[in-house]
Amino acid sequence: MKRSKHTDLLGDGLTALCGGALAINLFLVIALLAVLVINGGGYFWPRELIQLELADGSVLLGELHDREEIPSETEGGEEPETRIRLKTGNRDLTGADFVWIDEPEIVYRNRPTEAVVLERQEWGNFYGYMTELRRGDQALARGSEQVWGAFHPLHRQKLDELARIHRLETGEIGDVNYELEGLRLELRKLELGGLDEERRHSEREKIEERQRRLEAQFEALSRRLFDMRETLEAETLVMAAADGTPREMPVADVVRAIRPNSGGTAGALGIYFSRLWEFLTGAPREANTEGGIFPAIFGTVMMVFIMSFAVAPLGVLAALYLREYAKQGPVVRVVRIAVNNLAGVPSIVFGVFGLGFFVYLIGGNIDRLFYSEVLPTPTYGTGGILWGSLTLALLTVPVVIVATEEGLAAVPRIVREGSLALGATKFETTWRVVIPSAAPGILTGLILAMARAAGEVAPLMIVGMVKLAPALPIDGHFPFVHLERKFMHLGFHIYDVGFQSPNVEATKPLVFATALLLILVVTVMNVVAIAVRNRLRRKYVSSAV
Amino acid sequence: MSDVTKQDGPKTPANGVAKIEKEDPVEAAIVSVPMEPVTAQKQTASRPDVMDATNPEIPDPILHVDALSLWYGSSRALDKISLAMSEKRITAFIGPSGCGKSTLLRCINRLNDLVDTVRIEGDILLEGRSIYDPARDVNALRKRVGMVFQKSNPFPKSIYENIAYGPRIQGVGDRRELDEIVERSLRGAALWDEVKDRLADSALGLSGGQQQRLCIARAIAVEPDVILLDEPCSALDPIATAKIEELMLELKESYTLIVVTHNMQQASRVSDYTAFLYLGELIEYQETEKLFINPIMKQTEDYITGRFG
Repeated sequence: MKRSKHTDLLGDGLTALCGGALAINLFLVIALLAVLVINGGGYFWPRELIQLELADGSVLLGELHDREEIPSETEGGEEPETRIRLKTGNRDLTGADFVWIDEPEIVYRNRPTEAVVLERQEWGNFYGYMTELRRGDQALARGSEQVWGAFHPLHRQKLDELARIHRLETGEIGDVNYELEGLRLELRKLELGGLDEERRHSEREKIEERQRRLEAQFEALSRRLFDMRETLEAETLVMAAADGTPREMPVADVVRAIRPNSGGTAGALGIYFSRLWEFLTGAPREANTEGGIFPAIFGTVMMVFIMSFAVAPLGVLAALYLREYAKQGPVVRVVRIAVNNLAGVPSIVFGVFGLGFFVYLIGGNIDRLFYSEVLPTPTYGTGGILWGSLTLALLTVPVVIVATEEGLAAVPRIVREGSLALGATKFETTWRVVIPSAAPGILTGLILAMARAAGEVAPLMIVGMVKLAPALPIDGHFPFVHLERKFMHLGFHIYDVGFQSPNVEATKPLVFATALLLILVVTVMNVVAIAVRNRLRRKYVSSAV
Repeated sequence: MSDVTKQDGPKTPANGVAKIEKEDPVEAAIVSVPMEPVTAQKQTASRPDVMDATNPEIPDPILHVDALSLWYGSSRALDKISLAMSEKRITAFIGPSGCGKSTLLRCINRLNDLVDTVRIEGDILLEGRSIYDPARDVNALRKRVGMVFQKSNPFPKSIYENIAYGPRIQGVGDRRELDEIVERSLRGAALWDEVKDRLADSALGLSGGQQQRLCIARAIAVEPDVILLDEPCSALDPIATAKIEELMLELKESYTLIVVTHNMQQASRVSDYTAFLYLGELIEYQETEKLFINPIMKQTEDYITGRFG
């Protein structure tokens, strides 16, 4: 009796311990998400503007970001003094985004309803008041209210113009540039190629003729672009900072103008979603510190897709051989241990391997064979999304192999025998019965591999990931998918924005928002894969056994 | 391994696997049957005339097992088994666990080939042709010799696809033809009325007895000559068992059935011939009625009366 009571106590204690461990894990996960949501989610919410008059007579306008006690050297029971951190923006005037202000020095503070925040293409935010809207020397509107009223229709029109300019630049001008580059390479190829003198001459004539035509086209387009820019920048907005300093800027430079103190909750919500949308779909501005992160999302997802397409057949076939065809023995055991250990190799080592093997060896040879006219500029002989994906495929292949092997091992022998007994060959049995039965297990492995690949940053830094890619890996130019291009990645974006940018203080919330988004992207991809797996499971295995 | 071979003596060919009879094997089998029918003489000696106990009269023999011995590594599982099996009859193998009856069954469709350590001597002839002939296509053999396993093993596919699997393997691609085969097979296995409205559902959702009948339907979908049943009812309740037994009696009209069973009542109810194996040896092979009512060998009697096993 005594003994059983003793073991019960032990059992209860152990149960509590296990439950406690789980609770701690859950708490950590929730805390992680909470930190990201609180720090990142608030970034898009418009903050109130406060205007401060200081004892020395200066006037400041900005967003309140922080408050802390001033560390004082004097001991005593006095109330500790505090200071606040104000984001005053106007980097073009003051040179800094933030200022610290000791609260005792503030003589007057209010929330002016007319105060405006301008988000700009350059120089960050401007905090101040609208004074005038101009076209050349002629004033279109004057005074805060009139300008505010006249600004929005004009601004929408300017944004349309800006979009048209962008389309012209990336569309028609881009196409002409692309063709010109192609002709330049053709010429070079002609010089390298072994055609006889006469043929070469006539070919060159033809290419040069086309070049001249394209250049003329380019000239015309450039003139059109110049004109459009001219009209774009015809209207300017004159702003006054809190201390009255005027500042004139083209209306087209403004991304968004808001009056955070007079919008109400509905207005704030509108701004929140407008900013969130820009964040998700826009391209980065100002050295990644502002604007959106769409290219990074795109790069991450595309990289994971290519990786999956590479790793799935590689891992599944290898596992099939190991489990179904190889003669089980010491050699297979050693191979299996080696594969498992491969999963433990630091990821940067894979990066180095990818650089040496894919980029230099394979990419270099591809360039010599197929892209010799472009050399010494490398095409595949430098990092790119293909090499990044393949490197990660190698990194994650052990995960797929292990999961596939487990899935294959779980297919009962009697089911295989059932197929063989019907006259199916071993291959038919494997292909039609064993693999479909093991498909959920295989997909589980693929899901784990995708999750791992989406989060890897280190190896990608040396095989093709960049801080800012000039173009997406998919565009309208033949062959539409450009696997040699460099790409952006959410993981690296977090590091770059948070710790390598010129304006670390202002971009801190972006780090959290981007991290949250990375988690979301991984989650979405996993949920899709899990949904596919569950569909397969339902198809092959009924719950009502 | 080599010493085991030596034990066998000179009668067994040294190279083992395929021993092909020079003379016409059907002829040979018939010749080996005693001219006068075996009289039911109860023997009390420990080793009576084995020829009498294992050579019943077999009309229309389709399968001949000829001095078949089998080793798993160095342990012998079957010891020079010889028997002939009659076409469109049910032959039952009985015996205690580990006596080699399942092993013998799995030799008939060469499923033992999958086990690496197996070594076989002697031969099995299907309609006079050796199944261990190196020129013989194993997959073609398995199409002619279907099998139903101890535990039902439907593929993790729909009911329809389970039945269509075998015909598809043989290259039947026409949907109408497949539909016909599926219906015919399911009717043949007395399952059609129960599943005709849910052919697209997973086969794993069927009950144990239904799954086993599905496996029988799957086996007959490829129209084999012989169906091997390896303890087909051992995992089923009495009602499902009764259904399968009834089905076996129906299938006998068109197929040769060979069934391994632990259940002596089952053997006596359904089979026409019964072979009793013990420790890898064929002890007695008789018409079922004779074997159960009037066994020749003492071991058989002890087993069927429940004195051991």
